[in-house]
Amino acid sequence: MTRPQSGGYRRDTGDHPPYLYPAYGSTRLRAPDRPLVILPHTLSELTGPVYGHGRVGELDNDLTRQHAGEPLGERIIVSGRVLDGDGRPVRDSLIEVWQANAAGRYAHHGDRHPAPLDPNFTGAGRCLTGGEGRYRFVTVKPGAYPWGNHDNAWRPAHIHFSLFGPAFATRLVTQMYFPGDPLFEHDPIFQSVSDPKARQRLISRFDLSATEPEWALGYNFDIVLRGRDATPMEDHG
Amino acid sequence: MMPDSVSTPSQTVGPFFHLGLLAEDGSRLVDLDHPSAIRIHGTVYDGAGEPVPDAMLELWQANAAGRYAHHEDGLEDLPPEDGFSSFGRCGTDDAGRFEFVTLKPGSVPGTNGQPQAPHINMSVFARGLLKRLVTRIYFPDEEEANAADQVLASIQDPAFRSTLVAHAARDGLRFDVRLQGERQTAFFDV
Repeated sequence: MTRPQSGGYRRDTGDHPPYLYPAYGSTRLRAPDRPLVILPHTLSELTGPVYGHGRVGELDNDLTRQHAGEPLGERIIVSGRVLDGDGRPVRDSLIEVWQANAAGRYAHHGDRHPAPLDPNFTGAGRCLTGGEGRYRFVTVKPGAYPWGNHDNAWRPAHIHFSLFGPAFATRLVTQMYFPGDPLFEHDPIFQSVSDPKARQRLISRFDLSATEPEWALGYNFDIVLRGRDATPMEDHG
Repeated sequence: MMPDSVSTPSQTVGPFFHLGLLAEDGSRLVDLDHPSAIRIHGTVYDGAGEPVPDAMLELWQANAAGRYAHHEDGLEDLPPEDGFSSFGRCGTDDAGRFEFVTLKPGSVPGTNGQPQAPHINMSVFARGLLKRLVTRIYFPDEEEANAADQVLASIQDPAFRSTLVAHAARDGLRFDVRLQGERQTAFFDV
């Protein structure tokens, strides 16, 4: 049985961090030391999970309305578009986010930072991208927190983003940062991306047009997934 | 020449991903009482041979007939398969262990139209992994198909190649993931 197959996704050209980045201590025993095996893009890589449909609730993108009361902190709106490498919108695709509360504490049993938990904030949300690849979350600005990687190590404020895109090959987990954070230069996770222009793409932009008067500041964060080869592969079927 | 890249760089999932990614159990792709259900379990180890208690594994696989639930595989003529999910997700426990219950996928075509040996696509995420790792789970009862599989054949070192084949165990299949070291699992550049 043969089935038509279109072109693969373009190989990453160095935007991503390496596996081994010794300044981020946890990479030292977890980075593979044998070279990666080049995988041709077959149906296994060109297809991918269409996950989350029917599971995403209407309020899942509002992290400030998951409890009886409102969470403490600076209310923000994070919105943007998910695009493929050729600038086309990625529609109807699941985004999952998680983050610390305004005090820099995760609602997670493993977080030992002695900052207060907020009974009105879990810090997890999800949504599907819309027709133009747009998404929108309402949340509070996460705090910075210490993490023990090195002496006096603090993570810059960030929101974790998980995206599927159209295929197994386009899966991406990343972090969104906030403009002008003084911790950038001290953070090995942020610095593990060697190209300064690529690092800039991890930083959201203050967005006055997305800011709602008397209510919340807006931040814009566009996410670009891998592009696809223009030329379809020959079908030898 | 490569076009100018604009992709958003990857960052680690960190240690607290359970909050956003594992609120629902995704480790059962099919019910355990399904007549063809198989258990695939294993442990994730780091380069010191220590279990990794904060990893997350994702599976993406074809159904038993070798079809992917996706429009690029002609979704319109895909027979519906009640009670089977082609996507799975499981975090490791304190001992680095994970377990999925799923169906063995059928064969899917490779780039040249030749059938590939049945396999499950796996992504590995963890604190300390700045980007995901990708591997494949092949099946021990498919010796002939495995021997003819292009992807397996592209790995010269037989010991390295064999890290991709699960082992038959009493209670299903065992597939350990070794992130680093002499017995490291083969990972792919996708």
